[in-house]
Amino acid sequence: MNSLLLIAILLVLSSVGYAFGQRRARVVSGGHPSTLHSRPQYYGLYVALWCGIPSLLLMAAWLIIEPHVAEWLLVSNLPADAQQLSPDRLSLLVNDIENLASGNIVSREVDPVLQAAADGYKAVRQIGNAAMAAAAISLAVLGLAFARRRIAPSLRARNLVERTVSVLMILASTIAILTTIGIVLSLAFEAWRFFARVPITEFLFGLSWSPQTALREDQVGSSGAFGAVPLFAGTLMITFIAMCVAVPIGLFSAIYMSEYASPKIRATVKPMLEILAGVPTVVYGFFAALTVAPFIRNSGEAIGLDVSSESALAAGAVMGIMIIPFVSSLSDDVMNAVPRSLRDGAYALGATRSETIKQVVFPAALPGIVGSVLLAMSRAIGETMIVVMAAGLAANLTANPLEAVTTVTVQIVTLLVGDQEFDSAKTLAAFALGLLLFAVTLALNVVALHVVRRYREKYD
Amino acid sequence: MEAVLESEAPRGALRNTAKMTARGVSVYYGDTKALKDVDLDIGENQVTSLIGPSGCGKSTFLRCLNRMNDVIDICRVEGDITLDDIDIYRSGLDVVQLRARVGMVFQKPNPFPKSIYDNIAYGPRLHGIAESKAELDDIVELSLTKAGLWDEVKDRLLGPGTGLSGGQQQRLCIARAIAVNPEVILMDEPCSALDPIATAKIEELIDELRQNFTIVIVTHSMQQAARVSQRTAFFHLGVLVEVGETEQLFTNPRDERTQGYITGRFG
Ligand SMILES: Nc1ncnc2c1ncn2[C@@H]1O[C@H](COP(=O)(O)OP(=O)(O)OP(=O)(O)O)[C@@H](O)[C@H]1O
Ligand SMILES: [Mg+2]
Repeated sequence: MNSLLLIAILLVLSSVGYAFGQRRARVVSGGHPSTLHSRPQYYGLYVALWCGIPSLLLMAAWLIIEPHVAEWLLVSNLPADAQQLSPDRLSLLVNDIENLASGNIVSREVDPVLQAAADGYKAVRQIGNAAMAAAAISLAVLGLAFARRRIAPSLRARNLVERTVSVLMILASTIAILTTIGIVLSLAFEAWRFFARVPITEFLFGLSWSPQTALREDQVGSSGAFGAVPLFAGTLMITFIAMCVAVPIGLFSAIYMSEYASPKIRATVKPMLEILAGVPTVVYGFFAALTVAPFIRNSGEAIGLDVSSESALAAGAVMGIMIIPFVSSLSDDVMNAVPRSLRDGAYALGATRSETIKQVVFPAALPGIVGSVLLAMSRAIGETMIVVMAAGLAANLTANPLEAVTTVTVQIVTLLVGDQEFDSAKTLAAFALGLLLFAVTLALNVVALHVVRRYREKYD
Repeated sequence: MEAVLESEAPRGALRNTAKMTARGVSVYYGDTKALKDVDLDIGENQVTSLIGPSGCGKSTFLRCLNRMNDVIDICRVEGDITLDDIDIYRSGLDVVQLRARVGMVFQKPNPFPKSIYDNIAYGPRLHGIAESKAELDDIVELSLTKAGLWDEVKDRLLGPGTGLSGGQQQRLCIARAIAVNPEVILMDEPCSALDPIATAKIEELIDELRQNFTIVIVTHSMQQAARVSQRTAFFHLGVLVEVGETEQLFTNPRDERTQGYITGRFG
């Protein structure tokens, strides 16, 4: 049976359970719902939860386990000579049989043995699915009957429902956390394999980056260098340039919006600024590469400077524009959150508007503003597309913003684009870079959140 | 001659020296008229209290006196208000200077999120009152002493102002207002967030401050008005109903609305 159909049936059963529960509650109360511990809806929900959750859990468990069971059965039913095959080839064979069973293209000739195995496999899966559907539906019905029988005026349905709902929410957030942990672990695992090839000290402190490894032993000029310093230097420089653009512009527009603009202007300007954050980064990328970079090069040449056509300055400036709304929007919010009474206090002492902003509003909002700047910064560090298009690929270790530099994210992209061996140092280096970058942005985010939280405590 | 003057003068006028005068003051918030044609004099070195039921326009009137209503976009003030016979609403008047002369203390204590010292020093620094650090130190100590807070905070001047108790914060705000050495101090329900002991301290303080300052206080407590003020004005629905010597107003009100309010029949 189709699992979507099954889910639909279970949901219908649950809503039937809801109706039953509600009706039952009314009946046991003898026409006086006020004698019930909870309102009838909660008894309905109680029954619906008992009906839906166990059966859906069973179904989920089944969907995870079933393919493995079916495959195990399939292998144990294969002729003996097939079972003797090496694991690689056996898994290829199993793959073919599964494809044959589901009517896909098969990479070998179909002989009767294969066909028989496929048919067997198909039958097993069909029986399995049917059994699962039957089990889930009967579990749902059982749950419904059980919960309905338990309904009594003293049953604390509201508390039980409340607790179940909170468990469901915890479950949801656990999934999010587990995913994060999973990502970190997979990064860490691959990075570990990388550090088995390239010493971690060389990676962290090496000054040159040219991630070429030999395909053959006798190849020339392909001893790789995996020093991440130039990449992080490039990232830092571009981020710094971006912050130089974004922080003043963002802050000034935040101050304008929260202190000077009339509510009407604010209501239009703020969403318009926020549009900046919604422009696809690719668009920023070619804006940087095709408009800003040539402009910078031409104006540099006009005053006799040597500017490369891909420069950190172009990428950084455009990135700065992109993150303006992060600074302006959040800072505007925190400055608005500064209590009106504080401003009144300053005005009443004879402060002008700009003095009030400078000496009272801004310091009071400073922690929140710092938080917003840090968030914008972690965004800038992680940004890829603009830099790929406008800053170049050359891992120069330089402090000159007019030269081409490259960043961590760009190198990760180039390392993984195209056909690559999955276990070469070159590929694995991407994971090490990713891990390090993740650590840096995570640290920034933690600091930012911490600062913002301290700010909240102060005014609540 | 005297009798003629008396009958021609508006009701809220004072015969002796008035520090501030309001004549025909009306205030609009958008289209609603919150204050209607108020005439009231504020006597020098006196405590004037404004009483009346909630929403009758006491705060609105108070905020006219140092033009704090300017901060509210939709607010419009009509009529004349003078400070030492100078119209404070005339064009070209420096609002900043005005507010340095007419200080204000709010209902809810609102210390800046700075140290106690910086809270007090804020105004003097703003107006360049102190020439040197030592002079500033003196101003801070003097203001805190006048506000009766010096002994409690002298060891923690660099601690945060927000770390004080509610009553201490309110006295800090009074000290902050005193520090710029204003001539008039406006207080909008300064004790409404405080317990009886802190209230008593502040009332005592107001009585002392009267020597050097002219004080206008909004209060919901008629006992408080009776204790601290020499002159009381009763507002009702945006109208100044009655004004007079505090004792006279409480013992022998002329208007029956005042009578009703002070005997607790409405409000
Ligand atoms: N910022 C504002 N915008 C619009 N209307 C206002 C504003 N401030 C006050 N009002 C209105 O003006 C009238 C007088 O308000 P005001 O604050 O002066 O009353 P109050 O006598 O101080 O009352 P309370 O004793 O409750 O403080 C009220 O009807 C109020 O709704
Ligand atoms: Mg008020």
